[in-house]
Amino acid sequence: MFAAAAAAIVVGMAFALARAILGPTIYDRILAINAHGTKTVLLIAVVGFLTGRPDFLDLALVYALINFIATIAALKFIKYGRLGDEA
Amino acid sequence: MSLIADVLGWLLLLGGSFFVVSGGIGLVRMPDFFTRMHPSGVIDTLGASLIVAGLIVQAGPGQVTIKLLLILAFLFFTSPTATHAVAHAALASGLVPWTRKKRKDGD
Repeated sequence: MFAAAAAAIVVGMAFALARAILGPTIYDRILAINAHGTKTVLLIAVVGFLTGRPDFLDLALVYALINFIATIAALKFIKYGRLGDEA
Repeated sequence: MSLIADVLGWLLLLGGSFFVVSGGIGLVRMPDFFTRMHPSGVIDTLGASLIVAGLIVQAGPGQVTIKLLLILAFLFFTSPTATHAVAHAALASGLVPWTRKKRKDGD
């Protein structure tokens, strides 16, 4: 029944993508992509169990880190107009 | 004993999938940005915790459980931070929360 959990997570990802496309403000889109990234982490972990390969959990951990950094970087770019210091 | 652990793992996985799907539906149907943060929080906390807990019960003790606990701990610490950052940015940029219009006749 890992396949049922994976199917449910994919349905949830489709809803998050719909909000990312529809969302009238940019903050809706950032929120939706953050939720989509969390669901991607869960999907990688469940698919790793589904195929019997425990190495997928390393990918899930790395993607959790990347998702968080991407959300913060997008917000920083919106606020300051650039990333980092440029002389 | 192992049957009970199996059934518990499946129940946790199904509960987590239910919350992920209902959070997704909430993301689409909620009327305003600030109200949409609640379904996103449901997905990040309830959905992720139940699914990872179900996987931990299914896996049993070992290295896999430690990695799953690391994923859960990281999601716990970063999703509230990211949600707060988005909310603060939206409020600081002048987004006004949606309120229901009052009815004209009585009530």
